[in-house]
Amino acid sequence: MKNLKRVYAVFIRQVFLLRGNPIRLVNIFLWLSVDLLLWGFISRYLDTLGKATFSFATVLLGAVILNEFLTRVQQGVMTTFLEDVWSRNFLNFFASPLKIKEYVGGMVVSSIFTSAAGFSVMIMIAGLGFGFNILRIGFYLLPFLIILFLFGATLGILAISIILRFGPSAEWIGWPIPFALSPFMGIFYPVSALPHALQAVARAIPASYVFEGMRKILMTGHFSNDLVPMLLVGSGLALIYLVLMYLIFFKVYRYVLKNGLIGRFGAE
Amino acid sequence: MSKDLNLKVTGLTKEYGPTKAVDNISFSITEGEVVGLLGPNGAGKTTTINMILGVLEPSGGDIEIFCKSAKENRSLVNEHLNLAAVYAQLPENLTVWENLYVFGLLYNIQDLKGRIKYLLKEFDLEKFKDQKAGVLSSGEQSRLNLAKAILNEPKLLLLDEPTASLDPSTSRLIREKIRKFVDRTGAAILWTSHNMNEIEAMCDRVLFLSHGKILLEGNPRTLPKEYNKKDLEELFIAVAREPLSLEL
Repeated sequence: MKNLKRVYAVFIRQVFLLRGNPIRLVNIFLWLSVDLLLWGFISRYLDTLGKATFSFATVLLGAVILNEFLTRVQQGVMTTFLEDVWSRNFLNFFASPLKIKEYVGGMVVSSIFTSAAGFSVMIMIAGLGFGFNILRIGFYLLPFLIILFLFGATLGILAISIILRFGPSAEWIGWPIPFALSPFMGIFYPVSALPHALQAVARAIPASYVFEGMRKILMTGHFSNDLVPMLLVGSGLALIYLVLMYLIFFKVYRYVLKNGLIGRFGAE
Repeated sequence: MSKDLNLKVTGLTKEYGPTKAVDNISFSITEGEVVGLLGPNGAGKTTTINMILGVLEPSGGDIEIFCKSAKENRSLVNEHLNLAAVYAQLPENLTVWENLYVFGLLYNIQDLKGRIKYLLKEFDLEKFKDQKAGVLSSGEQSRLNLAKAILNEPKLLLLDEPTASLDPSTSRLIREKIRKFVDRTGAAILWTSHNMNEIEAMCDRVLFLSHGKILLEGNPRTLPKEYNKKDLEELFIAVAREPLSLEL
């Protein structure tokens, strides 16, 4: 019960921040809406060219929505952490009974809410603006989202590990991590379009299985059994990376404790 | 009847490469005791406090809080200690009430809303409860910091220059609140300050740190005479400038 209360404390702090300054909602809703509109118009234009045997809107918008979801999860974790960096709150937080696993738990819970809110808005814009309904993927959307969530949380923890280790100025390394991986995730093109050596990199990224699977379902209109092993590999990799990244974060935290960086974090 | 030992520090050391920020210090604080930790800037006071709080790992030595190893029971012992420090302000973008609520959850306070109501009244913060901490004056922020610091009725309270940069009236008010809290709860306090009058008024015992070592220890009201100094401030200056001349 105590543990849950402390996870809730980390989460409710974010709710208070959003309530106190609604301009923060821009980060959750505005940019992803702009991104979706941009890609929506591009795909609508491509569809008018009329040569393709499939709908660009279907494939591109599906990819954009899932990619934005992944990015929002990563940013949700990272922003929760950065709020403590910006408000120099580490000393008060870590001098309390808060355990590191509860702190990470609170950040992940916060990102569940922000990414779910963003996802809902994207579904609405795609449906109302471009007639695209990602829910037509059906039940299999759920494992896709779970894999993306686990991987997004992993990337978020990677980002905060870097910031915790190297100081607040490393924030700029954290933000573009999903973008840096995007060429290898097969978001807009199949993994087979990559050079042979880079296909191995793509197969090591859980999100690539999601985008491959999504494309297959949207283009064929049904779920085929050969997607099951893909989803299993994607989920397995996502889980392994999450556990490994948590262990790395814990190691970084130990390093920070040893070097006294928590007390003088803002100066790094 | 002997009093409970709230804090026991044995051979505590912190090294940064070849530099010893804290060098093999030992002391203890019993229930209801207010101990001043004095010394010039860089003497190792904040390093010592950070190690007790568990936000800095010692290079050597042991810290026992309420007779439990702090290293092995960090979360458990931190439920019963707290901090107010001039350099550890509460998040400025949360309101007074929200700050107390978030920290109340972290410290697992029962009847949290009732406790916050009491503290807002006690620290005369009721009218600011919906204001963001960042817009409060430094005196109001200090009261908020102290309200947060006693939110969990700590048995061990660490105060790192709690009245620094405050006007004399606000400083006195803060000291009165702390005294009232100690008298009511029997909490032990480790207090750092550069205000020697404050130390003399508040502390039962002082520890003088210099270059990471405890140089002197004793009653702040009698210690200056033992070293042929006019008052605590003169003794402080001597410790800061010529520590070797005072070693026993």
